[in-house]
Amino acid sequence: MTKKILILLFILIPIKANALIQVDITRGNLNPLPLAVSPLSIDEDSRKSFEKILKKENIGSEISNIVENNLRTSGLFNPLDKKAFLQAPDIANLKPRFEDWNLIKAQALITGKVNYVDDKLRVEFRLWDVLAAKEMMALAFTTVPNNWRRVGHIISDKVYERLTGEKGYFDTRIIYVSEEGPKTQRIKKLAIMDQDGANNKFLTLGNELVLTPRFNPASQMVTYLSYFKNMPRVYLLDIETGTQEVVGDFPGMTFAPRFSPDGKKIIMSFAKDGKSDIYTMDLENRIVEKITNHPSIDTSPSYSPDGKYITFNSDRSGYQQIYVMKNDGSNVKRISFGNGLYGTPVWSPRGDLIAFTKLHKGKFYIGVMRTDGSGERLLTENYYQEAPSWSPNGRVLIFYRETKTNAKGEGFSAKLWSIDLTGYNERQIETPTDASDPSWSSLLSN
Amino acid sequence: MRLNKIFKNTLLLLTACLVLSACATKKEVATTDIKGQMQGDVYTGTDTVEYLADGVPDRVFFATNESILTTASRETLRAQAAWLRKNPNINVVLEGHADERGTREYNLALGERRANAAKDYLMTYGISSDRITVLSYGKERPVDSGSNPLAWSKNRRSVTVKAN
Repeated sequence: MTKKILILLFILIPIKANALIQVDITRGNLNPLPLAVSPLSIDEDSRKSFEKILKKENIGSEISNIVENNLRTSGLFNPLDKKAFLQAPDIANLKPRFEDWNLIKAQALITGKVNYVDDKLRVEFRLWDVLAAKEMMALAFTTVPNNWRRVGHIISDKVYERLTGEKGYFDTRIIYVSEEGPKTQRIKKLAIMDQDGANNKFLTLGNELVLTPRFNPASQMVTYLSYFKNMPRVYLLDIETGTQEVVGDFPGMTFAPRFSPDGKKIIMSFAKDGKSDIYTMDLENRIVEKITNHPSIDTSPSYSPDGKYITFNSDRSGYQQIYVMKNDGSNVKRISFGNGLYGTPVWSPRGDLIAFTKLHKGKFYIGVMRTDGSGERLLTENYYQEAPSWSPNGRVLIFYRETKTNAKGEGFSAKLWSIDLTGYNERQIETPTDASDPSWSSLLSN
Repeated sequence: MRLNKIFKNTLLLLTACLVLSACATKKEVATTDIKGQMQGDVYTGTDTVEYLADGVPDRVFFATNESILTTASRETLRAQAAWLRKNPNINVVLEGHADERGTREYNLALGERRANAAKDYLMTYGISSDRITVLSYGKERPVDSGSNPLAWSKNRRSVTVKAN
């Protein structure tokens, strides 16, 4: 469906390792770093060429807007109002007058230019430390013009990485379930969009119920649950080709699928005779292994990033709690001991934390705990919310939230939200329809 | 001027009374509803119940997070078993459901467990497992879209549906 995208990236000037501005992302950021995103400068010929191809009057400004929006929504940066800028983009790109940028209190500055070269879009950009009056980074990309949004995301990732010391998460996509219709007869479709909500596409038609899509961390494959022919089964979908196939031949319902970190296995639940156990299937040789064997409900499995451990949800103690075991099913240990019920554990891509949903006294919480269950922190409380999914850098969680209906059963909605690991910067992510079950992809480029 | 103020205050008081009394009435109505239609938190009403045949209700209800059959549920299932024995050509699908106050994946498993509780009971009354298919919808297909204990109790159910 989406073409493989080739982006050439070369470094203009070697990046110096000396520490200039540094943004600490481990704490709730109440003072986002003020920075100026000068629109990418563009010559008149290039501007006209892109206007013809992309129907955008000034592609330089458009790309800069993407960068600005990404950095703002991260909550770590405060992009300043362009009206206050004293230097024109073409001059700023050549040699910024740091006094001018200092005057408007920008601590960092992004400049650049975009050209139309051999039917391609070429972007150069630079990141400057205004106070130190030094260049921090300079990069160039060449790609097909249609990739212009991705160029904006890649610039954002590079700036984020240079300023925070950690990889970004902007050149990514979200797969989710689009919802429409009355609560008693919801129509659900798989949908995919860029992390910022752009390029929304529906992947299924809504003829059958679909739930819980999850990205393969190693490719653009997706696994999900479909009620095709009224048989709830785990399926595999290749987003590039649109081909779908059922995963395994189980005599009953398979559900709660996720990929192993290397993308070679699917781990899921199989329900039979009132018991749900956890199974894996190797996608190459189709060998199925039973991982748990207990009369309780064992579900929502998620691998640690090294693949050695699995966290899962079980009611073997009487109620839903979170457990961790070795990847062969041995050494099962309960890790959640707080008040309330715990579900949907997901291991952070950084390996240090497990995110979960908690139900306590009629409220739903999204929280995180260490992998041994210590250090539980609740990030957000609401009437109903669940199913956190990690950004690839392990700094942001996306989840969905449902509203309470009124006395007549009206007013139901489901929306996607994101929140920082710090518990700050909670935001709704706009979707064309109601939405649930979000899953965050890995970085498309590195 | 002063009169006007007094008048305004009275009006405010009046509105406040109205709002309060409206609340009180609503609450009373809700409580009686629940008392009449729930035992513990299991639905005992008949609002949503359909019939497979005369005197054969199509569904049984469960307590929160439970899959235990109540006395009333067992009675319903015995009637279903008797009806199935009389109609040996009819096969059924047992559709298990959960309320909206639980995580999606756990609810899928819980719906399956509830439908299987009903299936096991039908089997002890002589219905072959070949005639029964189990299908869980988790919380995906509520009958009542309300966000209140009564609505949730109607949604925690296993429904016996003719398959042919």
